[in-house]
Amino acid sequence: MRVVAQMQREPVIRAKGLSKIYREGATELRALRDVHLDVRAGELTLLMGPSGSGKTTLLSILGCILRASEGTLELLGEDVGSLPEKELPRIRREAIGFVFQGFNLFPTLTAAENVALALDVRGMRGAIARERGEELLAEVGLAEKARSFPADLSGGQKQRVAIARALAGDPPILLADEPTAALDSTSGRTVIELLQRLAREHGRAVVLVTHDPRVLSFGDRIIHLEDGRIVGEETGVARTSEAAPFLEAPPIMPAISQELSI
Amino acid sequence: MGLLARRNLFHDKVRFAVTLTGIVFALVLIIIQFGLFLGFTTTTSNNIDHSKADLWVVFHGVGYFDTGRNFSERKFYQVLSTPGVGQAEKYMQAFARWKHPDGRVENVQIIGFHPGSGLGEPWNVVQGSVADLKQEDSVLVDELYREKLGVAKIGDRIEIGDHRARVAGFTRGIRSFTTSPFVYAKFKNSLDYTNPESREDSTAYILVKAAAGVSPKELQERLRARLTDVDVYTTAEFSRKTRFYWMFTTGAGLAVLTAALMGLIVGVAVVAQTIYAATMDHIREYGTLKAMGATNRYLYRVLIEQAVWSAVLGYGMAMVVAHFIVQASEKGGAVILMPWPMSAGLFFLAIVMCIAAALVSINKVTRIDPAMVFRG
Repeated sequence: MRVVAQMQREPVIRAKGLSKIYREGATELRALRDVHLDVRAGELTLLMGPSGSGKTTLLSILGCILRASEGTLELLGEDVGSLPEKELPRIRREAIGFVFQGFNLFPTLTAAENVALALDVRGMRGAIARERGEELLAEVGLAEKARSFPADLSGGQKQRVAIARALAGDPPILLADEPTAALDSTSGRTVIELLQRLAREHGRAVVLVTHDPRVLSFGDRIIHLEDGRIVGEETGVARTSEAAPFLEAPPIMPAISQELSI
Repeated sequence: MGLLARRNLFHDKVRFAVTLTGIVFALVLIIIQFGLFLGFTTTTSNNIDHSKADLWVVFHGVGYFDTGRNFSERKFYQVLSTPGVGQAEKYMQAFARWKHPDGRVENVQIIGFHPGSGLGEPWNVVQGSVADLKQEDSVLVDELYREKLGVAKIGDRIEIGDHRARVAGFTRGIRSFTTSPFVYAKFKNSLDYTNPESREDSTAYILVKAAAGVSPKELQERLRARLTDVDVYTTAEFSRKTRFYWMFTTGAGLAVLTAALMGLIVGVAVVAQTIYAATMDHIREYGTLKAMGATNRYLYRVLIEQAVWSAVLGYGMAMVVAHFIVQASEKGGAVILMPWPMSAGLFFLAIVMCIAAALVSINKVTRIDPAMVFRG
């Protein structure tokens, strides 16, 4: 318990002064401006904001897919911003799981094989990988779909396979990009509940980019971005799934709202 | 990784069929061209290679087999009296006119030798025998040329250089590169057929067998020192000179080698295009793999495994097709040879060709930005 308590005190993700500038010829586009963000284990953090506000850029930087132009980023206490490029795949394998809006499953592989592939990338092969893949599918409630191809699964089932795949490396950090956007209400609810459970019960830091007002009640924190800046943060205890029907309008969260001066 | 490589490759069956067709086409083209090249080179020197002689004494300056030029029989006795010579035989090669029973005329190459000597004899005799040539005006021809020469069976009568002759037997698979079929006769008759004015005391070649315990090289030096106005070659040297002449001096070899190279280029292009198209179709998946932490090396291995699968399956199918083509060629005028070292070499060529073709795709996946996975 002490470890969990320690984990909860110490941020798993610590971003300080992150900026991202895209340059094309003489033109400069500032996608992120001086973003400070700590994310702790066991939290479901929502990144919200209009299109072009920098949500996905921030998620890409947190996922070590993109490098910040300025600022520092620590994941699990390791300063990943200073690591050479060739080290970043290792960080992604060891620390991060990704869930995408379009699922990005491999259409030629079955559900179990999709998960096993993520294990294969991490060097786990053969019967052990198959068993682990089936365990992960069982964890997301899809044990009976292990041999189904993505084309034979519903959107919600595909996203759950994608979550099982993201869990392959048992990562402490889960980054999800609009995971419910392409789903109907029932499937979306199943997916967000699953992500919430992964944060709450499994102690993962889950960061979720979303436009979807239906998921607001599930977040422990909501970070609002606009023009590349964090313009507001709401924190508090999210409603339980029973108390927050997925279909209802954006809930009012019992939160401490604070405008950040940037 | 292997599973992904195989599934992505075999998933689109039409495209995979196109890939295989491209590889099979390229390999069969290469096999035919190299096989023809080998067949031609073997054909140009087949009489030399089957002569069982150690050394060939030829008129000075004769660069290849088909231009034998007569010289005095005295050289033959000089050879015979040289220490270290185990056996020497006169040997004739010259062109002559062959008149069909129906009066048509063909050019033929007369090969004159001493039946029973063991040197310079025809091989693969399938009807009649070499000994039958001891009879006056008897000839052996190859069954490939029955129609061309207008003969069907032993005993058929024809005229060669205004001399009557009869077919005493047939060989199988002795082709002539010059398109003038070989006609084997005993040495004396060969002189009659090729030049009625020529005397029996001349010869175009002397075939020499070294005595036991004497090395052909050593004997070659002795003969060179002793004989004037003639050249002395080992069988391998004369064979090589003849093959080189026909294959490279005439440009025939260059033509088939160029065609083989074209086959290789077409193969690389077809395979590169299909593997690249398959890669582009799955580019988002490669991006996802990168986002998941797969290294470039991991992605290369997926692509290379696809290339190797394409090569192995394409090679197998090409070998089946080539087998039938090679068999069919045995009944034709130009034989296509496919010895096992060539088959083995082609396997590695297929692998190299397909991996080279995958390099374009490898270059593409190296430059994939994993951030693409977040774009819609």
